[in-house]
Amino acid sequence: MSATLAQAALTAPQGFLSPNGVEIAFLLVGIATLGAAVMTVTTRQLVHAALWLVVALGGLAVEYLLLTAEFIAWVQVLIYVGSIVVLLLFGLMLTKAPIGRSPDADSGNRWVALAVAVAAAGTLVWVVVDAFRTSWIDLDGPAQGSTKVSGEILFRHWVLPFEALSVLLLAALVGAIVLSRKSAPDDAPGDAPAAAPRETESR
Amino acid sequence: MHLAYPAVLAVLLFCTGLYGVLARRNAILVLMSVELMLNAVNLNLVAFDVWLRDTLHGGQALTLFTIAIAAAEIGIGLAIVLAVYRNRGTSDIDRLRDTAEDPGPDPAEPEDPAAPAQKAEAAA
Amino acid sequence: MTTTTLAVLVPLLPFLGAAAGLLLGRRAPGFVRPLAVLPTFAAFVLAVVVAVDQGGGKAIDAATRLTPTGSVPIELALHLDGFAVLVAVLVGLVATCVQLYSTGYLRDDPRYTSYAALVSLFTSAMLLVVYSGDLMVLLVGWEIMGICSYFLVGHYWETPEARAASLKAFLVTKLGDVPFLIGLFALATDAGTFRITGVVQAALTGGIDHPTLIALLLLAGVAGKSAQFPLHTWLPDAMAGPTPVSALIHAATMVAAGIYFVARLLPVFAASAAAMTVLAVMAAITMVGSGLAALAQDDIKRVLAYSTIGQLGYLSGALAVGDRGAAVFHLLSHGAFKALLFLAAGVVIHAAGTNSLTAMSRMGGLAKRVPDAFWTMTVALLALAAIPPFAGFFSKEAVLSAAEHTALGESQVAPSGAGWVVLIAGLLAALLTAAYATRLWLLAFRGRGAEAPDHGRQPFVMNAVLWVLAIPSIGFGLTTGYLGDWFDGRALTPAVTTAVLSTGVALVGGLVTYAAWRHTSALAARTPMGAVAAHPEGDGSLVEEEAIASHTAVYGDIASAPDPADPGRLLLGPLHRHAATGFHLDAVYSALFVRPVLAAAELVRFLDREVVETYVRAAGAGPRWLGRAVRRAQNGNVQSYLSALLAGSLVLAAAVVVLANVTAGS
Repeated sequence: MSATLAQAALTAPQGFLSPNGVEIAFLLVGIATLGAAVMTVTTRQLVHAALWLVVALGGLAVEYLLLTAEFIAWVQVLIYVGSIVVLLLFGLMLTKAPIGRSPDADSGNRWVALAVAVAAAGTLVWVVVDAFRTSWIDLDGPAQGSTKVSGEILFRHWVLPFEALSVLLLAALVGAIVLSRKSAPDDAPGDAPAAAPRETESR
Repeated sequence: MHLAYPAVLAVLLFCTGLYGVLARRNAILVLMSVELMLNAVNLNLVAFDVWLRDTLHGGQALTLFTIAIAAAEIGIGLAIVLAVYRNRGTSDIDRLRDTAEDPGPDPAEPEDPAAPAQKAEAAA
Repeated sequence: MTTTTLAVLVPLLPFLGAAAGLLLGRRAPGFVRPLAVLPTFAAFVLAVVVAVDQGGGKAIDAATRLTPTGSVPIELALHLDGFAVLVAVLVGLVATCVQLYSTGYLRDDPRYTSYAALVSLFTSAMLLVVYSGDLMVLLVGWEIMGICSYFLVGHYWETPEARAASLKAFLVTKLGDVPFLIGLFALATDAGTFRITGVVQAALTGGIDHPTLIALLLLAGVAGKSAQFPLHTWLPDAMAGPTPVSALIHAATMVAAGIYFVARLLPVFAASAAAMTVLAVMAAITMVGSGLAALAQDDIKRVLAYSTIGQLGYLSGALAVGDRGAAVFHLLSHGAFKALLFLAAGVVIHAAGTNSLTAMSRMGGLAKRVPDAFWTMTVALLALAAIPPFAGFFSKEAVLSAAEHTALGESQVAPSGAGWVVLIAGLLAALLTAAYATRLWLLAFRGRGAEAPDHGRQPFVMNAVLWVLAIPSIGFGLTTGYLGDWFDGRALTPAVTTAVLSTGVALVGGLVTYAAWRHTSALAARTPMGAVAAHPEGDGSLVEEEAIASHTAVYGDIASAPDPADPGRLLLGPLHRHAATGFHLDAVYSALFVRPVLAAAELVRFLDREVVETYVRAAGAGPRWLGRAVRRAQNGNVQSYLSALLAGSLVLAAAVVVLANVTAGS
C-alpha cells in the first residue's frame, strides 16, 4: 500500500489542497488520535480515560508506521499500550478510583487550563505551520525505521546511552519498590499508630 | 508527505496533554496526560528524523529512549501516587495543598500537630 | 612653689573640690561642706599670694603645649598681670563668701551637694578665664560658666519661673556665644595665635585685618555674658535662682567675665573706632534703661539685677573710652558691694518672708530684726549710689573722669563722641542709681505696718560674711592711689569736676526719691497689699523659693506690683508701666524670635507628621498590600502554579516569535 501511495505522492502536485493518499491516511488517523486524546483528558469516567488513551497511543503507532518508523511503532504498541496503560489501570484500581461517572474529575482550574492550552495550541500551530510551510518529507527509498536499521544504529552509535538507560531503569525499579512499600514494622513507634487509623479508614 | 501534518498533530496532542495536566484532578489522569505530551514529542522526533534523513537516526533512538524513560517515569509516578494515597486517602491533586501560604482546614487531614512530620516522612 | 605653680593651683583647687563633692557627696554627707568651702578658700588664699608675688609688676607668662593642634597652636597658658591677679582675688573672695553663706542659707536643702559642687565648678571656670593666657582655654572656662549658670539658676526647678529662667539664661548667652566663637576664630586666624599676648601684640602693630568685624562679633558674646543691651534680658529672670547664686553670678563671675575679656583684649577693640562707639552706645543704653527699669521693679532681687546691668554698663562705658584700669577698678569695687547687696538681700528675704518690696513697705521693724543685714546693706547701697567715701564713689569717679578725658580729647584711645555718650549717660545713670538705691532702702527698711515675722537669729556665718564683704565696700576707695600702678599706670584718683557733678546728681536723685516716698508712704497704710511666706524654722532657700513661686500669683506679674504707694511709680509716671517689663524687650524678642521659631517648629511638625509620615506609611502600606495580593496566589494548588508558569512562558514565547517576525520583516 505504501509503495503505491508514495508513487502517487511523487507524481501529484504537492500542496495542502491536493493531498495524496498517505497524507489523507495520516490526516484521518491523526484526527482519530486527537479525538481519542481529547476524550482521554475530558471524560468523566476514569477507566474510560485509560481506554481512550489506548486508542490514542494506538493511533500514534499507526502514524509511526505511516512515517516508515516501524520498529518504533511496535515498541509503542508493546510498551505503551501493553504495559503503561496496564500500569495506569492498576494504579486506578489501587487508588480506589470510582467506576462510572465521577462528577469531580476536573479540578477548578479547568478554565484556566483551557485558556492556556488553547493559547499554546494557537501559538504553536501558527509557528509550526509558518515554519514548515514548504517542507516535505520524502518517504521514498529504503525504510528508515525498520528493525534492522534501528538495531544497527542503536547498537553501533547509541550503545553508551542505551546502557546508561538500563541503569536508569534499574534505579526506577528500585525507587518504585521503595516508594510503594508499606512502612516497615520496625519504623518509629510513634509513626505506626498514627498512620494506622487512616489506612483502615481509607481502605 | 507535508511536514506540517505530523508537526501540527504533535502540537495538538501536546496541548491536549497540557490541558489534561492542568485541568485533571486525579493524579493518575494527570499521569496519562503527561504520557500524551511525551507521545507528542515522540511523534515530532520521528517525523523530523524521517524528514532530515539523519544517518545516525538520532530522532528514532531518542524516541526509544523517551519511551523507556516514560515507562520508568510512569512507574515512579504511580508509586508516588500510591504512597500519597495511602497517607492521605486521596489522590486528588488540588487537595494536596501543604505548600499553601495559609492552609485552611484540610478535610482529608485530621488536625494533629504531628501531621507535618509524618507527611515529610511519607514524602521521603 | 613658684608663682606659676600657685597660679595653676588657683583654678584647679575648686575644680577638684567640685569633683570630689560630686563623687563623695552621696556617700559621705559630712564632707560636703568642708569640700565646698575649703578648696574655694584655699584658692582665695593662693590668689592673694599670687597677687602679692606678682605685685602689679611685669606680667608673668607661662605656657605649655599638650599636643599639636594644627596651624594655630592652642596652649595651656597663664598670663598674670595686675588685672588678672586682682580679679582673681575678688573672685576668690566672693566665691568663698558665697560658699560660706550658702552653708547657712541652704542649710536644709536636699540638693546642697550638687549645688555646692556647681558653685565650686563655676568659681573654677571663672578663675580659669581670669588667669588664662590662651583664648581657647579661656573659652573653655567661659562655656563651663554658661552651663553652670544654667544649672544654678534652675536650682529651684520645681518652680516654672526657675525652669524658664535657666533656659533663657542658657539660650540668650549662647546666642551671644556663637558670634563670639566665630570672632575668636577670626581673631586667631588674623593674629596667627590664640595666645592673648600675641593677639594684643598683633592688634597693637596693626596685624588684625578686620578689626571692626572681629570686635563686633566678640562684642556679641560679651553682651550676652555681661548682660549688656540687647542681650541683657536673661539677667533679671535669673533672679529665680537662689540668692547666693545671684551674688556669685552678678558680683564676680559670669557677668564680670565679659568685661574682663574686653579689658584683656582692649587693643583689639581699640583698633576699631566703630566698635568702641558701638560699645559706648550699648553701654549708655544699658545704663539708662536699666536704671529706669530698676526703679520700677517690685522684687528686691530684680532691682539689684537691673542695678548690676547698670553697673556693667559703667564698666562697658569705661572700656569704650579705652580706660581698662578704671573698668577693672569699678569691677572690683562693684563685685564687693554687689555681692554684699545680694547676700544681705537674701537675709532680708528670709527675715521678711517675701521678696516683694511692696510687702516689705507694709512691714515694720524689719531693720531691727536683721541689724547686720540692715547696716551692711546700707553701706553697700551707699557704695552703689557712689556717695563718698565708699568704694563705689572712687571707682565710678575713675570711670567718669576717664570718659571726661576722652570727651575733651585728652585721651586718644577712643573717639571723643564715645566719651560724651558715656559721660552723659553715666551722669544720668548716677542719678537713677541713687534714686533706686534710695527707693530700695526706704521701702525695705522704713516700712510701716505690722511687725515683721520672727525668723529667729540669722545663722552666724551669714552675718559674718556680710561684715567681711562690708570692709571692701567701705574701704576699697583707699587703694585708689596704689591700684593705678597695678593696671596701666594711669591714675585713678577722682577729678574734681566729675566728682562734684556725679555726687551732686546722686544726692539729687536720693533726695527726690525721699521726697516722693514721703509723699506716697501715707498711701501705703490705706492699701494693704502683699503676701508673706513665713517659715520661722525653715532656711533661707525655702522661704525664697516660696516667695518666687508666689509673686506672680499674688501680684499678677513676676516683676512689678500694682502698688500706689511706690515712689518709683510717682517718679517714673507713665514710663513706669514700660520700665517694669524691661521696656518690653522680652515681648519684642518673643515676636522677633520665639514666635517665628515656634511657628517654624509647628510647620516642621506638620510636615513631618502629615507629609513625610504619609510617604512613610505609603511606603509601608504599598508592599503590604502587594504582599497580601501575592499571598493570595500561594494557594498550594500545584496546577494553578503550573498554569501561571506556562502562561508566562507562552507569553514570552509569543513575544519572541512576534519580535523575530517583526525584525525579519523589516
